[in-house]
Amino acid sequence: MPWIDACALVDIEEEDLVRLDHEGRTYAIYRIWDEEVYCTDGLCTHEKVHLADGLVIDHTIECPKHNGQFDVRTGIAIRSPACEALSTYPARVADGRVLVEIP
Amino acid sequence: MRLITFPMERDYSLTGPERQNAFQRGLAGADWYRTPVDRKVLKHLMKRTDWPATRDISIWVAVLVGSGAGGILFWGSWWALPFLFVYGVSYASAADSRWHECGHGTAFKTRWKNDVVYEFASFLMMRNSVVWHWSHARHHTDTIIVGRDPEIAGMRPPQLIVLCLNLFGIVAVPQGLVALARNAAGILPSDEADLIPETERRKAVRVGRIHIAIYVLVAFVSLWSWSLLPLVIIGLPRAYGIWLLLVMGLPQHLGLAEDVLDHRINSRTVLMSPILRFIYWNMNYHIEHHMYPMVPYHALPKLHEVVKHDLPAPNPSLWNAWSEIIPCVLRQLRDPRHFIRPQLPEGAGVWEPVQSNLTA
Ligand code: FES
Repeated sequence: MPWIDACALVDIEEEDLVRLDHEGRTYAIYRIWDEEVYCTDGLCTHEKVHLADGLVIDHTIECPKHNGQFDVRTGIAIRSPACEALSTYPARVADGRVLVEIP
Repeated sequence: MRLITFPMERDYSLTGPERQNAFQRGLAGADWYRTPVDRKVLKHLMKRTDWPATRDISIWVAVLVGSGAGGILFWGSWWALPFLFVYGVSYASAADSRWHECGHGTAFKTRWKNDVVYEFASFLMMRNSVVWHWSHARHHTDTIIVGRDPEIAGMRPPQLIVLCLNLFGIVAVPQGLVALARNAAGILPSDEADLIPETERRKAVRVGRIHIAIYVLVAFVSLWSWSLLPLVIIGLPRAYGIWLLLVMGLPQHLGLAEDVLDHRINSRTVLMSPILRFIYWNMNYHIEHHMYPMVPYHALPKLHEVVKHDLPAPNPSLWNAWSEIIPCVLRQLRDPRHFIRPQLPEGAGVWEPVQSNLTA
C-alpha cells in the first residue's frame, strides 16, 4: 500500500483528529501528543457516523453519536454500543507532514 | 407557536408496520440537523473531568443516606414522612439523570466511575442496565421516530390514566419488575431483541437475575420481619419518588412532532431553577443534549448559550411548558395527529437533514 501525504502535522491539534477522504473511503487521523499519530477507519463501526466529530481522550476516540469508544492504537472497541473494532493503518510523521499507509 | 395537524395512525412497537415505514421514508439512522459549533469551542465544552460529578454524586449519596436514615429512625411516626419524601425523590427522580449521564459516559472522565454509578442508578430505576443502554442509543439514533424509538413516552392518542398513575409508578413499577423477571428467565421479547446485539444478550440476562434476586431478598426480609420498611427503603421509592421526574422529564418531547430529523422540532428546552437542575443534572437543556450528546451535563448551560440563537426560545419555566403541553395532550385525545410545532428564530439554520438509505 502506498504512503499518502495526508496533511501537515500542525493541521491537527494535540489530542484531536481530522478526517481524510481518500479513494471513496473515509479515515480518521489522530494526533495524540507531539509526533505521536495514528490512523483508523473514519466511520464508527456501530452506525457509520464520522468519528472526526468525536473526542480524543488519551488514546481513545469517543464517537459523537452514542459515546462508543475505540482505542486508536489498536482499533479495539472499548465501550458499547461500539462492539466491532475499527481497522487501523500505519501512520508516521516526516518533515512535518503526516503520512498514512492506506489502500 | 404554530399548531399543525397531519393524518396518520401509529403503531409504536419496534417490530410492527411503522418500523418498515420508518426505513422506507429514510427516517431510520438518518442524519440530523445540528447547529454548527466551532470545533475549538465544542472541544472545550466536551472536555471531561471527574470533579463536578464527584461533588454532585457525593451530595446525592449523602442526601440519600441521610434521608433514608431519618426514614428508618422515625419509622412508625409522622416524622418519617418528610424524610421519606426527600429519600423517594432522591432515589427515583434524581437517579434517572445520574443513570442517563453515566450511561452516556460523560459525567466522569474516569470510565469505571461512570459504570459504577450507571449500574447503581439502573438498579434504583428498575432498569436492566444492558437493555436500557441499547434502548437509549436507539433513542439517540432515531429520536421520536415511530417504529424505531423505544423511549417515546407520549404516544398518541395519549394514555392519560396511565400517565397519571405513573406519577406514583403504579403501572411502570409492575411493568419494570415483569421486564426484569422476563430477562432473568432468559427471555428477551422481540422489541428488546431488536435493540440488543447477540453478543450482549447474556449480559442482559445476568443483570436481570441480579436485580430480581435483590428484590426477592428484600421482599423476603420484609415478610420475615413483618414490616414494610425494607421495601420502603429498597424498591418502593421507585414508585413514591418518581413524580418529580415525570414533571421535569415528560416535557422533553411531549406534544412535539414525530418523525422529523431535527431535534429543535421534536425536543424541548425548559429553563429551571438551580435546585431542579441539580436533581435533573441539566437535562432540561434537552435540544442541546440531543444535538451534542458528548457534552457533559455540567457544560450544557454553556452549550445552550452557544447555540440558542438557532433554537426555538426555551420555555421559561416548567409551568410554562406544561401550560402548552396539557391543552395539546387533551386535544390529542380527540385528534391524535395534533402536535405543537415550535417557532424557529429568524435566520435559524435550514432544516434539510440528509435522510438515510438504510433498509430494514
Ligand atoms: S454510531 Fe458510534 S457509538 Fe453509535
